[in-house]
Amino acid sequence: MPTLSFKDRVVSVALTRARELGFTTVSCASTGNLANSTAAIAAYAGLDCCVFIPSDLEAGKVLGTLIYGPTVMSVQGNYDQVNRLCSEVANTHGWGFVNINLRPYYSEGSKTLGYEVIEQLGWQLPDHVVAPLASGSLFTKIYKGFREFVEVGLVDDKPVRFSGAQAEGCSPIAQAFKEGRDFISPVKPNTVAKSLAIGNPADGVYAVDLARKTNGNIESVTDAEIIDAIKLLAETEGIFTETAGGTTIATLKKLVEAGKIDPDETTVVYITGNGLKTQEAVQGYIGEPLTIEPKLDSFERALERSRTLDRLEWQQVLV
Amino acid sequence: MSVKVLIPTPLQKLTHDQPTIDCDGANIAELLESLEQNCPGIKARICDEQGQLRRFVNFYVNSEDIRFLEGVNTPLQDGDEVSIIPAIAGG
Repeated sequence: MPTLSFKDRVVSVALTRARELGFTTVSCASTGNLANSTAAIAAYAGLDCCVFIPSDLEAGKVLGTLIYGPTVMSVQGNYDQVNRLCSEVANTHGWGFVNINLRPYYSEGSKTLGYEVIEQLGWQLPDHVVAPLASGSLFTKIYKGFREFVEVGLVDDKPVRFSGAQAEGCSPIAQAFKEGRDFISPVKPNTVAKSLAIGNPADGVYAVDLARKTNGNIESVTDAEIIDAIKLLAETEGIFTETAGGTTIATLKKLVEAGKIDPDETTVVYITGNGLKTQEAVQGYIGEPLTIEPKLDSFERALERSRTLDRLEWQQVLV
Repeated sequence: MSVKVLIPTPLQKLTHDQPTIDCDGANIAELLESLEQNCPGIKARICDEQGQLRRFVNFYVNSEDIRFLEGVNTPLQDGDEVSIIPAIAGG
């Protein structure tokens, strides 16, 4: 993915349609990843671009938008406030907002996450899917992608369980699931997983419905669990994910430990963004390099230290 | 007293294409009645058969979601701005 998250899938569909519909300016309300992608693909498509982000985003996501040369509005508020403002702007300016007036096209782009998993599994459905929940759109569109391949006869039908992942600091969908509600009560987000920090998720009820009807679950995890899970995935699979992926892996772990995922189930976990975008989240939890002189004995002493001390203590000990 | 109401595009047919409407009302429930008198038919789009706000319609008073305030009983002051936003955005 050119801008290192799944948003390139959805934006490529939305901006293709934007151009067909005759929009000359495109825009979005974003927690960061979407702004990166909208700005990049607008640049390639030759469309004017103005994106809106909350002002507390990670530096990598801001830089990763500015580089493509759009107008960037950094809004002093949370994502839900950005979203409301953009809905008002969409009423008065003739712009194509990928996740407002172009949202029906945008959301269809997530179906490719379903198509490709079927292909990668050798034209089979998995038994269980674990995916992150922000607005709930991606989660429900993976299901739609699966159903379309079943309906056209590309894959045999079977039950697939859908489980969703949220951060405890922003878990309106998980709360509705646990409390058996068929509506979402909005929350004010406060979590390290900023890419999932939507307190008033538009597709939340559909996500709850999908998890229930497929016998899945929706869980929430703490910020500490998210950071541990980012490290776990990096150290065991060589994949450095941003915080949404950390949330999903932490949820996977929680579900496995609770016996809610059978070890025999073919389970697919969706990692939707690259960790270089949210470096602040893990800064301070991963240690420092050992600084040495360009001499063999300095290296030998450092190597000895690395074998006897915990990684996080390296930086406090002179070699 | 007067409150400025921001009308979303899908409902502007009922406001003769006006993006904002000035209304009266001491709270959101009263504002809805005032809005209906000014723009007949609009309440049925915003509220269900029982008169409850539809769940896919969000109301904001001075940028705050009324679900964080007092819902339809949220009091209104002269000069307040009320925004009606369909919950179809985001992600």
